[in-house]
Amino acid sequence: MPVEIDIAHLARLARLDLSEAEMERYQAQLSVILDHAARVQSLEGEPEVEVAHPLGFVNAFRSDTVTPSLDRDEVLAQAPDSSAGYFVAPPALET
Amino acid sequence: MNSNELSLTAAAAQLRDGSLTATGLLESVLSRAADTEAQLHAYLTIDHQGAREAASVADENLAAGIDQGPLHGIPIALKDNMVTRGLETTAASQILSGYKPPYDATVVSRLRSGGAVLVGKTNLDEFAMGSSTENSAFGPSYNPWDITRVPGGSSGGSAAAVAAGSALGALGSDTGGSIRQPAAVTGVVGMKPTYGTVSRYGLIAFASSLDQIGPLTRNVEDSVLLLSAIWGHDSLDATSYSGKYPEPGSGLAKGVDGLRIGVVKELAGEGYEPEVEGAVHAMVELLEGAGAQIIEVSLPSFDFALSAYYLIAPAECSANLARFDGIRYGHRAPGDTTEAMMSRSRSEGFGPEVTRRILLGTYSLSAGYYDAFYGQAQRVRSAIRADFAKAYENVDVLVSPTSPTVAFKAGERTADPLAMYLSDICTIPSNLSGHPAISVPIGVDEQGLPIGFQVMAPALGEPIMYQVASVVEALAGFSARPEIAMVAS
Amino acid sequence: MSWEAVIGIEVHVELATDSKMFCGCAVSFGADPNTNVCPTCLGLPGALPVPNEKALDSIIAIGLALNCTVSPQSVFHRKNYFYADLPKNYQISQFDIPVCVDGYLDVAVDGDVHRVGIERAHMEEDTGKSTHIGGGGRIDSAESTLLDFNRSGVPLVEIVSRPEIHSAAQARAYAQGLRAIVAELGVSDARLEEGSLRFDANISIRPAGDSELGTKVEIKNMNSFRSLELAVDYEIERQIQSVESGGTIVQETRHWEEEAGVTSSMRSKEGSSDYRYFTEPDLVPMVMDEAWVDRVRGTLPELPHARKARYVAAGLDEALARVISGSDPVLRSLYEDTLRAGADPRAAANWTTGEITAWTRRSETEPTAIPLSGSQLAEMLQMIDDGTVSNSAAKEVLDGVLSGEGDPGDVARSRDLVQISDAGELEAVVDAVLERHPDAIVALRAGETKVLGFLVGQVMRATQGKADPKLVNEILRNRTTST
Repeated sequence: MPVEIDIAHLARLARLDLSEAEMERYQAQLSVILDHAARVQSLEGEPEVEVAHPLGFVNAFRSDTVTPSLDRDEVLAQAPDSSAGYFVAPPALET
Repeated sequence: MNSNELSLTAAAAQLRDGSLTATGLLESVLSRAADTEAQLHAYLTIDHQGAREAASVADENLAAGIDQGPLHGIPIALKDNMVTRGLETTAASQILSGYKPPYDATVVSRLRSGGAVLVGKTNLDEFAMGSSTENSAFGPSYNPWDITRVPGGSSGGSAAAVAAGSALGALGSDTGGSIRQPAAVTGVVGMKPTYGTVSRYGLIAFASSLDQIGPLTRNVEDSVLLLSAIWGHDSLDATSYSGKYPEPGSGLAKGVDGLRIGVVKELAGEGYEPEVEGAVHAMVELLEGAGAQIIEVSLPSFDFALSAYYLIAPAECSANLARFDGIRYGHRAPGDTTEAMMSRSRSEGFGPEVTRRILLGTYSLSAGYYDAFYGQAQRVRSAIRADFAKAYENVDVLVSPTSPTVAFKAGERTADPLAMYLSDICTIPSNLSGHPAISVPIGVDEQGLPIGFQVMAPALGEPIMYQVASVVEALAGFSARPEIAMVAS
Repeated sequence: MSWEAVIGIEVHVELATDSKMFCGCAVSFGADPNTNVCPTCLGLPGALPVPNEKALDSIIAIGLALNCTVSPQSVFHRKNYFYADLPKNYQISQFDIPVCVDGYLDVAVDGDVHRVGIERAHMEEDTGKSTHIGGGGRIDSAESTLLDFNRSGVPLVEIVSRPEIHSAAQARAYAQGLRAIVAELGVSDARLEEGSLRFDANISIRPAGDSELGTKVEIKNMNSFRSLELAVDYEIERQIQSVESGGTIVQETRHWEEEAGVTSSMRSKEGSSDYRYFTEPDLVPMVMDEAWVDRVRGTLPELPHARKARYVAAGLDEALARVISGSDPVLRSLYEDTLRAGADPRAAANWTTGEITAWTRRSETEPTAIPLSGSQLAEMLQMIDDGTVSNSAAKEVLDGVLSGEGDPGDVARSRDLVQISDAGELEAVVDAVLERHPDAIVALRAGETKVLGFLVGQVMRATQGKADPKLVNEILRNRTTST
């Protein structure tokens, strides 16, 4: 069964701005890969979905202790845009 | 022999007997890099200044009687997906071009406090996604054994540097074989530890449940040494194992007499080069001759491993790479709204393979497809763990080729993602199970290209894995070194 | 047609831990922007989360207080969506195995007790804060967004009710009940104005008697209990009017506009919300075994419902028990101290919730600063009981004590409020009054009993209210029947 792919929807969900030509190319490649990947559906039996750590341990926590934060100037130096201690981004929605 | 060709143990001994200084050793490595980088492009960044300072401190400390351990003064290279404070870290992606992290990865801190000299950051497939290092946004690396061929990937830069002698050892990361496969095709030893034994804190994540940092070295003993320096519990990584760690080198001199070695039936046949299969088969016979009991083992779920991997790894990567949005660091494209800016920054910043995997992962997690794809892939993962568990009831280790082929030609597989993905068919099962595995060079094919032999062991089975690997190494007697044709500039 | 509103409420509780949910940065309100940040809460490449055990203790405490089952095993999931103030562009949250499931909270409106089911309480992390600048301060006319990640990664507990609330008053009572519980547990500052407690309401309507649910609308941005009640009321009415005039309800998110008193449609953040949940691979499963749950249970303070039951057992009626058990902790401890000093529970409760609460409101005093001890209140109640002061004089005694004039006995004496209980002294006053009002005696003898009240009043007036009214009555009756 051919795999259905809504490439424009995937690109939007993943925040990727793709041209029509790119979308066509990725759609074709995904279709080949997913056809191969669909083999997983022919696994026999219904084992549990795996979530455990390979070493089987649980409950890895930290105690509620404050540790030093980063230097703000060092952090903001890597930001494409910042002002008065804030990161700056374009507006959330179109004006 | 130039000091850059020394093993870690030999260099460590010479540093202590006074016949070598850390500075001299580093200069030998830097000079080798200067001679070979134009052909190999193993490094993205060489930290001349930082490395020279570290080497000089290492010399001073040793002179003052301060010995920081086996790596004291040893030049080590880091795959450029491990963050280094103040030193550009890109994961070979445009989206991180120029990024200087404000912190060190745990492995980096451990190497620094062990006195190691960090030479620089090695090339990789962008965000460690690939098997040839051709997906680097800053140009591919090439194989020291034949510069028209790839060095494998994604830790191709680390493998090429160790093979060429522009580092004594290197760290790589292995998500589906990204340490072992490049090690195999460049003739070095590459090892992926048990999941959870080496901290991932500061490793730029590709697929969190599969990623593991490990050593690339010129021999098995060095591998033990480098692993010992980086592994152990880290409270900054919740998946880090806090129990008792075995002594990884405890089996090195024990031989294989009486050990039960399983040969994986599923990792042979169609798609495997005859010379690779022949070399692996010959090694198995040598092991039998050395007293091991050879048992053919079938792990039927391995037939689904590649498919499961190409659903799970992209799913995790689609979330792990969501943070690259042009706000806090990295590339920002113009845009009138946050969403437009993010989308443009990401599509400009990510290369085609990364984009493809993000789309693939988004698909396998999305509503309506999750159960048939991601959910089912997780069931395959359980089946693989179960098959391994069953196999280890009867054998001590499992063996196979590391890669079905020797190094392929640059450009040969770039147009066909699926063919590229098949390069990892032997290595992926150990990532899905979280078990340790190592690739040891056992010879070269007719064209003089290295062939790797994989030894897999159960969780925390590093001692027995190294025990067998060291016998493989001795039986193979592999000592060839690549000769790099210098290109007139 | 009559309509029934169906309301579910989601509450986000910011926990008051010292450090954040997944890193060691300090949790603090009002710090300089981006000063409590680290690789983890900024989503820097390579950073990893490690859960704060205290936050897990807190959610277990909340679950127990809300009569939930604590899941024996639980896992974190990634909830994937892009937003500028969400640094990893996924939120570490929980999906199908939350820490707490299946509880309830009883709420009372006008004396009717209603049980609201609680579907789940799960653990997650907060986002950073966006400030939209430029334009008129509205999101959709902003020119840029300022981002502060101090709040990013602060532990949040989300409590989701079942759609079992049917009026704005119930919605408010539910929200107040939850606030009282988290405040009591001490797990959160529980301040609505600082956003450490946030409410969203899902509202739909259906013809009364129907069992099918209508299309739900989510309402956000209610910053007080009052605005929650107004917003829910407004939205119910809006939906009814819309349907009755032939319209249909659209599934959407609406914003409560406090000043205009209306809800208005928000433009959607995400074209389509497909959160692509999957198990967080950076974390291992959590096992909440009995030992852990018991340890948390052992630290729980007495909760409102248990306290109420105790008060009822001690002799209070339901209504009074509910009011006092849900009242301010300082008032409640005054009440308990008063009981310990030997006072009658009912009288102590009436005075605590009545006159004393009114005084704090009048004098704009925080309950913590009430200058009155339990033994003082008990002494005053004893003075009423043994007739030393009248009920009305007692209010003045209280005022004196609260104004710092000393113990009740001292105040009663210095303000001259002690009742005249000496029969001889009072008889003289009564006789003087009767002498001035001969007509009244005639009327009384003729059976006009209302005149008695007039005469008592005259005696009280002559004694400036200090006469014991019971004694006055008695003397008057004797005088008018025996002659």
